[in-house]
Amino acid sequence: MTTNTSNTSHCADNGNPPEHAYTLGPLQVGPPCCDPEPLLRVDNLSLHYADKIALENISLAIYRGCITALIGPSGCGKTSFLSSLNRLTDMIPGCRVSGSIRFDGLDVRSPNLDVQHLRRDIGMIFQKPVPFPLSIRRNIELPLREHGMRSQAEINDRLQEVLRDVGLWDEVRERLETPAQALSGGQQQRLCIARALALQPKVLLMDEPCSALDPIASAVVEDLISRLQGRYTIVIVTHNLAQARRIANYAALFWMQERGGRLIEFGRCQQVFEAPAHRLTAAYVNGQRG
Amino acid sequence: MLKNRLATVLIWLSAALICAVFVCLLADMLRNGLPRLSWSFLSQAPSDAGRAGGIAPIIVSTGLIVLVAVSAAAPLSLATAILLSEFSSPNSRFCQVIERSLEVLAGVPSIVFGLFGNAFFCIYLGLGFSILSGGLTLACMALPIMINTATVGLRSAPDDYRLCAAALGMSRGAALLHLLLPAAAPAIIAGLMLGIARAGAETAALIFTSGYVDRMPDTLMDSGRALSVHIYDLAMNVAGGDANAYASALVLVVLLLIINSLASSLTQHWLRNRIMTS
Repeated sequence: MTTNTSNTSHCADNGNPPEHAYTLGPLQVGPPCCDPEPLLRVDNLSLHYADKIALENISLAIYRGCITALIGPSGCGKTSFLSSLNRLTDMIPGCRVSGSIRFDGLDVRSPNLDVQHLRRDIGMIFQKPVPFPLSIRRNIELPLREHGMRSQAEINDRLQEVLRDVGLWDEVRERLETPAQALSGGQQQRLCIARALALQPKVLLMDEPCSALDPIASAVVEDLISRLQGRYTIVIVTHNLAQARRIANYAALFWMQERGGRLIEFGRCQQVFEAPAHRLTAAYVNGQRG
Repeated sequence: MLKNRLATVLIWLSAALICAVFVCLLADMLRNGLPRLSWSFLSQAPSDAGRAGGIAPIIVSTGLIVLVAVSAAAPLSLATAILLSEFSSPNSRFCQVIERSLEVLAGVPSIVFGLFGNAFFCIYLGLGFSILSGGLTLACMALPIMINTATVGLRSAPDDYRLCAAALGMSRGAALLHLLLPAAAPAIIAGLMLGIARAGAETAALIFTSGYVDRMPDTLMDSGRALSVHIYDLAMNVAGGDANAYASALVLVVLLLIINSLASSLTQHWLRNRIMTS
């Protein structure tokens, strides 16, 4: 977690950090993640709501096993970008997407694509935890059964595995049959993450997963996310720049331009925060703008 | 200060007035009906045009008519509500046409439903004066209110459930079955209760469709007299039938109350159990 950045020898921004005055405390990035091999490739993505442009010409790659943080002020289309990756934009009336999104060689936007299968591979966590009004066990069991898992023993194994993964097992093992909505906010969010993990996704999209939680619960969830690094490919929207710095390998800054949300800068997290190429990025990460 | 006090008094007065109306009604019914109420009244057939005897066959007929009405209207209204709330946008032409028709249907006087039921079910479909015709006519009457409450209930189920279920790769049908319908269940049951109340209290539509016969019905094709028709008949057409009319009215009100509270407590119980057991 606190591996020194000098270990990241194969990464693009290797070298001494430039002598920028930064305001967010010393830099920490996650362990060296990856051969930067793109799992998701987005080209020229534009997104419209009725006649309003939300995103214009976004091109970027999401690398396998890495955590990519999307930062930027509210309303610049980060969430829209996230939901276009698992086609959740289909659910929004009047929303049109153009451009290309390729996931592991698959055309995400193809009308013939099995969307349910895609969403199984690309899980999503929302800002507000949404446990279903069922028991804790049933919350995890329901999607598994929907995806065709029949054996109760298999379900129980998976349930225990994911609850351990999110550090919830010891807290809830005695009360799996009680309502999930009685859990605390942080526990609910971890349950939602467990529910998504139970489907064994390749990618996890997280839309400000900590912003509705108190600082302690938020730290627990953040810790969990950084533990998932390497095992899952994670795209996280966050307004917490310190958090982005702590957990992300890559960072992308979105900004609202007059024609809609644009991608201003994308690169290694360290580079974006310490040696931003664009003046907006410099202003934003130093807390002068946004 | 004075204005405030005046407003408070007025508000309390109107609330008290409402309660007073209800209490008067209930007291009147209890005072006149309770002395007549007995086990033999509930278990015997009427005699002497209803002046004497009981109302057993009438209770059975009423139950059958309501049962026919509910079993015809409930699936239809649930299906329509699902179509309106889940599979079409509220602003679409289609939705607006259906909702407007329902509004009109809800405002049609029951006597018109009676005439329609008589022409369509009794004569055109050849069902004659029967419990089946009466029940189906009542189903038509109860549809608008049942569809409306179920639609509102489904629409007010949290959108988060839909989104979250979709993000987990669940089909819309699964989300509907496991999350949205249970969330809307109290509203759907409330609509059902309103429908039953409307069906159980209906007189005009039944006179033309299920008829007057006060014998114990053998099949759904028999004519059967509903409680409300019986009350109307005793009060208007039978001299000296007032006491039994009051008693019958009391039975009707109590029956509706029992069904209502039973249904709401069952819903609560079922919802709690759903969460507890896997």
